[in-house]
Amino acid sequence: MTTTSAPAGTAPPVRSVPPDRWVRNPWLSFLGRRLVRLLVSLAVLVTLAFLMIHLIPGDPVRAALGLNAPADLVEARRESLGLNDPIAVQYVNYLRGMFSGDLGVSMTSGVPVADTIGARLPATAGLAVSAFVVVMSVSIPLGLFMAVLTRGGRRRGAELGFTSTSAVVSAIPEFMLGVGLVFVFGVTLGWLPVAGRGGASSYILPVLALSMGPALLMARIVRVEALSVLGQDFVRTARAKRLPPRRVYLRHAFPNALTSTLTIGGLLLSGMIVGTVLVENVFAWPGMGMTIVQSILAKDYPLVQGIVLVYGSAVLLVNLVVDVMLAVVDPRSTIREG
Amino acid sequence: MRLEHWRSALKSPVGAASASLLAVLAVLAVVAPMIWGDAANETNPAALSQGRSAEHLLGTDALGRDIALRVLVATRYSLGLALLATSIAVLVGLVLGVLPAVLGRRGSRFVTAAVNLAVAFPALLLALFFAVIFGVGAQGAVLAIGFAGAPSFARLVQTNVAAVAGRDYVAAARVAGVGRTRLVLRHLLPNAGEPLVVNATVMAGTALLAFAGLSFLGIGVQPPAYDWGRLLGEGLDRIYINPAASLAPGVAVVLAGLAFTLLGEAIAQVVGIRTARRRMPEVRPEAQVASSSAAAVRDTPATDAVLDVRDLRVGFAGRDGWTYPVDGVSLTVWPGETVGIVGESGSGKSLTALAVARLAPDDAAVSATRLDVNGTSLLDRGDAEVRKLLGTSVAMVFQDPMTSFNPSMRVGAQLAEVTRTHEGRSRRDALSRAVDRLRKVHIPSPQRRARQYPHEYSGGMRQRAMIGMGLMSEPALIIADEPTTALDVTVQRQVLRLLRDVQRDTGAAVLLISHDIAVVSQMCERIIVMYAGRVVEELPVDRLAEAAHPYTRALLGSVPDMTTDREKPLVTIPGRPPEPADRPPGCAFAPRCGFADELCGTTPELEDAGPRQRAACWHPRTEAIPPVAQAGVGERS
Repeated sequence: MTTTSAPAGTAPPVRSVPPDRWVRNPWLSFLGRRLVRLLVSLAVLVTLAFLMIHLIPGDPVRAALGLNAPADLVEARRESLGLNDPIAVQYVNYLRGMFSGDLGVSMTSGVPVADTIGARLPATAGLAVSAFVVVMSVSIPLGLFMAVLTRGGRRRGAELGFTSTSAVVSAIPEFMLGVGLVFVFGVTLGWLPVAGRGGASSYILPVLALSMGPALLMARIVRVEALSVLGQDFVRTARAKRLPPRRVYLRHAFPNALTSTLTIGGLLLSGMIVGTVLVENVFAWPGMGMTIVQSILAKDYPLVQGIVLVYGSAVLLVNLVVDVMLAVVDPRSTIREG
Repeated sequence: MRLEHWRSALKSPVGAASASLLAVLAVLAVVAPMIWGDAANETNPAALSQGRSAEHLLGTDALGRDIALRVLVATRYSLGLALLATSIAVLVGLVLGVLPAVLGRRGSRFVTAAVNLAVAFPALLLALFFAVIFGVGAQGAVLAIGFAGAPSFARLVQTNVAAVAGRDYVAAARVAGVGRTRLVLRHLLPNAGEPLVVNATVMAGTALLAFAGLSFLGIGVQPPAYDWGRLLGEGLDRIYINPAASLAPGVAVVLAGLAFTLLGEAIAQVVGIRTARRRMPEVRPEAQVASSSAAAVRDTPATDAVLDVRDLRVGFAGRDGWTYPVDGVSLTVWPGETVGIVGESGSGKSLTALAVARLAPDDAAVSATRLDVNGTSLLDRGDAEVRKLLGTSVAMVFQDPMTSFNPSMRVGAQLAEVTRTHEGRSRRDALSRAVDRLRKVHIPSPQRRARQYPHEYSGGMRQRAMIGMGLMSEPALIIADEPTTALDVTVQRQVLRLLRDVQRDTGAAVLLISHDIAVVSQMCERIIVMYAGRVVEELPVDRLAEAAHPYTRALLGSVPDMTTDREKPLVTIPGRPPEPADRPPGCAFAPRCGFADELCGTTPELEDAGPRQRAACWHPRTEAIPPVAQAGVGERS
């Protein structure tokens, strides 16, 4: 895809400004806009994470150490966390620390937050990424297959079965599916490990719990999208060219159903990143989700702040990647719309 | 939301089931704590962590309390907290959603941007964030889930309000000087209400599940209080001892959540928020099933016609039985001939063209006693065979060149595909032929244009490229279905001229479908007039002045030309063509025809009305049409 794909009318050259390749290339200006948007969102996220500790009613240190903690201990801890400085100074220090990879120190264990996250992140990322791979590799073929099978009102039974099953399963939250899976495969059948992170087999149940709902939801969307594309004129043109059905579906129909598939896929992925919190707690998975819940309960605010930042940035990154992919798939609408 | 909407939502099976489930839950929420509240809190040191027994249906927990009772009693707390959180989400969402309409420009942009940013984050992350701020416990969790749900509801309010804001009565209210707040409360929100009600219902289900999640994590309800999520979390620790302890509250949560969600969907379907899907019984296509008498026709030696169709019927299964938009059409196209099919929209002409090319919609049932292309019968042939037979011999040109090209594929590749598929040429060979054909249909700088996407072409260029696509092989027949309807007049002429040039150069026959008798009479040698799924007249173009069927004459009479008196309104045919489902018996044109009498109650057959002219009419006209009426047609430019 080249720059010629942008219609001439998108960026009328302003006469007073000399023609500038950087401004007139729609791809660069699109990427620039998206990057600015990402930076603004990140700034908001960081500020909110910083403010979190200040928004808590009462004294967070007092709350963390308990009502019976001696006053001088509380004061000392406040001092060491820098909570006695003016808020602007605290903010600057927080930002400065963040850029040097310092997210503060856990209030309960004294371990640097960055170290804890570094130790826990791989487990969470492994879970989320494998679940996403499962979702994509199941939902797209399944949705396309169901669309072709039920096009033009054929096989109402299959359609009804598929839509109702997927509606019910995708309405069950992942931690509930997890409990059901533990019961069936762990307790009743005893086939698979139900807690902790070990070999490949330990991944099966958590990944299933995390991916079943999104996979079926996504398959529904792919089916609906593909059906609407199958009804469009250019698919009729493709059939009029007497192309083999495989080519009609894969080359003509599917690429044009990608836009909303990608959009929803991005939403699902960010949902799944955060969904790991619940699933990790069902399967005692040693990731960030276990840690954030423990630290919320222990009122270990620096650790909570750090993990919220990681989840938030992951979500923002996913959004950026999806936006760029959308632009690649459909340069017409995305780039122009800005 | 009107009362009858609720009523019909509750009548649908899904709506009825979910509503009665919710009713049961509501009764439980009220009654259960009153009856079993104390019993559920009764600890029993003699029966700690027991499995299921006659005394304790679902066993007991770590303190010996009966789990079945606790699940029932927890209904009130679980539902109550979820509804509380939902109302917070709805209220905050309404405020955030309406603010942009009330605030000034800068304020509204700020609110919209903030909502958009918040929506980008999954609700669970927001809920965790707010849970930290509001503190662990039921109160904090209600606030957290409420605030976490608010942004998405706000976004919904914004879009719905914006959709209503463009309507005329809102503009009128604005002109009348109605204040912003009053505008929102009296004019915008009430009319944007239905989707909001639906989504609030669905959101209650989501809130219930989210609450269960937080309680399960230990962040929500704190002991000694308990809700379903809490019970689930406590039960999970002992799932190997007593699975029921975690499964029962889990089932309760899922059922209640589903009930809310499905009720929302049921209402949505009734108020038509999702487009109502076309419900049709299973179609058993009687396609290609020729009647027994047809076998004889089919076996007769094929003629040398390019296209020979006898008694073509295209049916659709409807609610009240089958309807036939095409009802017994016969037509023949000879090599090199140009034949026009003309008729109003709804006459079945386009469907005839599609059915002949075996491109009728999936749910159509096509039958004919004969369907020969190039002397080969297409009846009783599988899709693969038809593809092979028609791949190089029949080309199609469709009405709307905007939508008939694949938007995500380069034009050259779309042309080349034909040759690659049917002649097995290499990509490069096929592409160079595509460039050649684009040149042939007068696309300027075809090399460059072939690498462009359809949206970079103008409308007329796209239609020429479509014709070029038809020329990738050597078609014996080009079927052009309203090829100029979507184009403006000057481009129309170019495209028609191109079609005629192509026909002259290749010797292909053309079947041109149009609602415009002027276009057809310029292009064609022979004209077939269709009305309500049937052929009513068939005549050579030079006999248009002697058209026999009153409908053909009416079509001719409604063509304006340079001599038309512009002071008078344009001549139209009174009435409209009947829907396929309620065609009158006999001649379908009779209700609109000035010559109709009781004889027209029986169906007229096509009968000779002049040299090479046939009409299906009991009262064929014989007087010549005054020259004024035919001035615009009949001359081939």
